[in-house]
Amino acid sequence: MALLIVALGIGFTLANPKFATIGNLLDLIKSYSFFGILSVGVLVVLLSGGIDISFTAIAQVAEYASVALILQFGGNLWTAFLVACCIGIVLGAVNGLLIHFIRIPPIITTIGTLNLYYGALYVLSAGQIIYRVPDFYRTLSGATLPGNFPVLGVFWICAVILTACILKYSVLGRSIYALGGSEIAAIRVGFNILKTRLFVYSFMGFVAGFAAVVHTALVQSVIPNSIVGRELDVIAAVVLGGANIMGGSGSLLGTCLGVALLAMLGNGLTMIGMSSYWNNVMIGLVILVGVTMSAIQRNLQVRRRVANLTAQ
Amino acid sequence: MRRFLNYHRDLIALTAVLLVVLLVMLLLNPERFLTPNNLRSMAFQLPEIGILTLAMMIAMLHGGINLAVVGTANLTAIIAALAIHAMAPKMGGEWLAVALGLGAGFAASLLVGLLSGILVGFVGVSSILTTLGTMTLVNGVCIVITGGSTISRLPESVLFVGNGVFFGIPVPLIIFLLCGAGLSLVLSRTVFGFHLYMLGTNSEATRYAGINNARTLLGVYLLSSFFASIAGIIMMARFNSAKADYGQSYLLVTVLAAVLGGTSASGGYGKVIGVMFAVVMLQMLASGLNLLGVDPFFAIAMWGAILLLVMTLSHFVRRRV
Repeated sequence: MALLIVALGIGFTLANPKFATIGNLLDLIKSYSFFGILSVGVLVVLLSGGIDISFTAIAQVAEYASVALILQFGGNLWTAFLVACCIGIVLGAVNGLLIHFIRIPPIITTIGTLNLYYGALYVLSAGQIIYRVPDFYRTLSGATLPGNFPVLGVFWICAVILTACILKYSVLGRSIYALGGSEIAAIRVGFNILKTRLFVYSFMGFVAGFAAVVHTALVQSVIPNSIVGRELDVIAAVVLGGANIMGGSGSLLGTCLGVALLAMLGNGLTMIGMSSYWNNVMIGLVILVGVTMSAIQRNLQVRRRVANLTAQ
Repeated sequence: MRRFLNYHRDLIALTAVLLVVLLVMLLLNPERFLTPNNLRSMAFQLPEIGILTLAMMIAMLHGGINLAVVGTANLTAIIAALAIHAMAPKMGGEWLAVALGLGAGFAASLLVGLLSGILVGFVGVSSILTTLGTMTLVNGVCIVITGGSTISRLPESVLFVGNGVFFGIPVPLIIFLLCGAGLSLVLSRTVFGFHLYMLGTNSEATRYAGINNARTLLGVYLLSSFFASIAGIIMMARFNSAKADYGQSYLLVTVLAAVLGGTSASGGYGKVIGVMFAVVMLQMLASGLNLLGVDPFFAIAMWGAILLLVMTLSHFVRRRV
């Protein structure tokens, strides 16, 4: 995976020396920060053995509601984060409760809530676009650390570090891996499944709310259908990063590499002068090759293990 | 009688919901809902999404999903439209060009099904990932070959498929009914259908029973692609054009309709008749709300709510039994 990224990077740089410039890479980090933050939440859900399709709708609702409320009552960046994240947590918790208590498969539940949240947003907002967002979003978008590192990229890094801490160093994090590995085993060991599941989907909602603020800063307007429809792209990035869609395994590093790969493909192909029409073809091929390779690898492992057992 | 009731519980529940929707629509809008005009427009709109739902259902029966159905439908339409445009002037008869064009469209979509089927069946990639890949790839191919533009103005003989009327019944509806009947026969009367249900229930068991799982899965994706391309041809004929991003919003709706119709998301259960009922219900809801002048997005919200409601109800019913 990392090798593929390096190879691609070298290839693009040879074709167009501008690709490897600091400026272009920093631009990439900034414009993919929204995507990257969402992918962290998706990873956590996949680790727990679930899936969430509705996170784009949650982000959409959080984005619209937070900007609309701030325009109405005033507020600053922190209120924006607070409102968006709270909305995200509540909507995510609804997913978690439905999945746990009603035992609807996660993919069906979240398809249902995706339609519900998105439809409700459109009805309540009458589909109106907000063109003038509060000024602090503009400031945030242009803000950089010393060395021109975009602040939006820092948010992405923060999300990754926060998630890493939860996954590695908390009981909750370990219970997520356990639940994804085997639900029955996790119950036997004594993990509180309700708590874990509620946390996983609320966390996805929280991340979606967080990402929503970043998205507003990036695009400087709120269009009620600008996020919904990209859910499968984010899931593809996470899966390319090696997360098992059945749960239990996957890493943050892999997820970041998956996002990096898609980002480089998108940007690099344009820079070497390939028409953007080819984007989807390339991404589709990369996904197919990636998942095929990992399936073949897994098959070989199983076969080797069986061979070992018979040898004994 | 009791056994009959038990066996058809899902179908009865669905019929009840269907009747309730019908009643509510009649009460809310008595003078316009049951008019020939509205019925006809519903009969023309329903088949494309209905056939796509059948395509989705086939994949769900084995416990998977086929995210590429809409892309496959568009690919068929685009290839067919391009081929017809390319051949029609050169060949004497319009019919020959149309037949060859449709053939090319179906061939392209079967290639997609073949790719998905080989990856899921023989390589062992999970179906959601495989079809995520084929969906992205197919969408990309559609955009590349059309350059993102719309291919329009098709010959009259093709348009008949989407807009014609045969003995007073819209042609697309006839095709939908034929597809439903055909799939129902395949699922209940052939060895393939039996293997498919068993595979969806327990794939380990079928493997030990000596059933070739890989071959069954290959059949699943070929069949699913085949139905998707029928929907694609109908869409092409109805809109008199083909484009890479038609029907993008249909994808999740087909999953929704399949699940509402009693198809289990984890595989093994699902009947064609239930799915057809669910599609009719969704269409009545959409058309009814539309006639009332309600925001179409309200219908989207309603679909989500109804899906969750039906799942919740069936959960509690199942727990009591």
